[in-house]
Amino acid sequence: MGKYGVKLLRDDGLRLDGRRLDELRKIRIEVGVLKNANGSALVEYGNTKVIAAVYGPRDVYPKHVALPDRALVRCRYHMAPFSTKERKSPAPTRREIELSKVIREALESVIFTELFPRTAIDIFVEVIQSDGGTRTASLTAASVALADAGIPMKDIVVGVAVGKIDGVLALDLNDIEDQYGEADMPVGYAVGLGEIVLLQLNGLLTSKEFIDAVKLAIRGCEQIYKLAKEALAKNYMSVSEPSG
Amino acid sequence: MISLSTTPIRSIVIPRYKKDAIVAAVKKGERIDGRRYSDFRRIEVSLNPVSRANGSAQVKIGSTMVITGVKAEIGSPYPDTPNEGVLQVHAEFVPLASPIFEAGPPDENAIEVARVVDRGLRESRFVKLDELVIIPGKKVWSIYVDIYLLDHGGNIIDASMLSSTLALYACRLPRIMVSGEEIVIDRDVYDKQIPLGDPVVSVTVGFIEDYLLVDPSIEEEAVLDGKLTFIFDKKGNLAGIQKTGVKGIKTKTLEQALELSQKKSQELFELIEKVISSSENYSKPLA
Repeated sequence: MGKYGVKLLRDDGLRLDGRRLDELRKIRIEVGVLKNANGSALVEYGNTKVIAAVYGPRDVYPKHVALPDRALVRCRYHMAPFSTKERKSPAPTRREIELSKVIREALESVIFTELFPRTAIDIFVEVIQSDGGTRTASLTAASVALADAGIPMKDIVVGVAVGKIDGVLALDLNDIEDQYGEADMPVGYAVGLGEIVLLQLNGLLTSKEFIDAVKLAIRGCEQIYKLAKEALAKNYMSVSEPSG
Repeated sequence: MISLSTTPIRSIVIPRYKKDAIVAAVKKGERIDGRRYSDFRRIEVSLNPVSRANGSAQVKIGSTMVITGVKAEIGSPYPDTPNEGVLQVHAEFVPLASPIFEAGPPDENAIEVARVVDRGLRESRFVKLDELVIIPGKKVWSIYVDIYLLDHGGNIIDASMLSSTLALYACRLPRIMVSGEEIVIDRDVYDKQIPLGDPVVSVTVGFIEDYLLVDPSIEEEAVLDGKLTFIFDKKGNLAGIQKTGVKGIKTKTLEQALELSQKKSQELFELIEKVISSSENYSKPLA
């Protein structure tokens, strides 16, 4: 039983939504969903729905903040007021400011910023509906949107959270599991590079559990990475097919 | 604009040759300040240098200087946790602490430090929030932990975590009398400690390629690929992690960093033990 006395595993060992412990929610990735942005993506992890847009490389204003040797990466993670159970004030919270930072740092690890000096690459992520795992879904969406915008990257990064519920590790926590579970550990991973680019832990884990949790997260990321690549391929395959 | 996280444009100016020297030293198994990879810098502690606060602690790790003040007030609980006290952690990187800091509301770096410390104090159950209730569902103690960075010499998180922990130990609540819904505060007698569990510590390890450096200085931070902060409770459980920096880390290096930081956490637990068991030796003026 979880720390608040809420049971998160059913008697048959499955989770409340019927998933196995190492099972992702249904994941949907759509590329190029917005017309104005240079690149965009819609990502759903179950009921969590986020949209990411990329603008740039574009001019930086005011000009003096531009970097002479590489592009500035600017990122905003933001939750829509209607995305949560209680209405969320649209003003940025401390949580959103922190998450914008960790997502930006994760993305900066793969973008070839030195190819676009004196410009900015702007990444905007809006959480349309939240049901746990919004930062990791946002990371996936942002990275697919960057690829859609044609920004050269070393790899696509994707994210998923691993947590501990009723004493055992579980992949891709939803909101109830995050709220009443013992730990939540979002992980961002560049599958091609084999590098962890985002890592946070909120809750208690033993070091052995931590090492297992990282492995479980990587397995989840590998599946999402495949879906992200397929979504991108699908989008561009249809463009490159000869017409008529 | 504040809600947009931007690649830092203000950073400490360190000459190229010095950066090269730092990296060269690391690759030779050394550090430019003579430390081993696994060494913390010298840590100095002063308890309750600020008598106006309910509790305070100044911590220096090398040239990094942090003072944390704790203030306790009687307030209302959050609606979703009616039977828990309130804990709030804030951090300010004031402009006197570094040429790269500007006056204004806390930026993303200060917010990140405060939130990492907050998660550590909360998840380790160091602050026993359920014992801070005065009238269930109505009145609770609200504990405000304010982290004030006075000199930025690198590894702000560990200095902030240590000074917050010690300031909470040093904190005394005023005596209160409760009759029905009425609370009378006796501001002459401060004799109640905040209910605290086992202490919690953080150990930050910088990484550059496969090299791991405990407690990076500000000059080392300028050449690092990134940093990992591990928070441990007394039993050795992880009570929080935060990765910072714009480069990824391999799983194997991550596991080595965990092992190293877990070993180092013992030194910090010993230090905390020593400070609280002989607190009179640490009641030094602000310095």
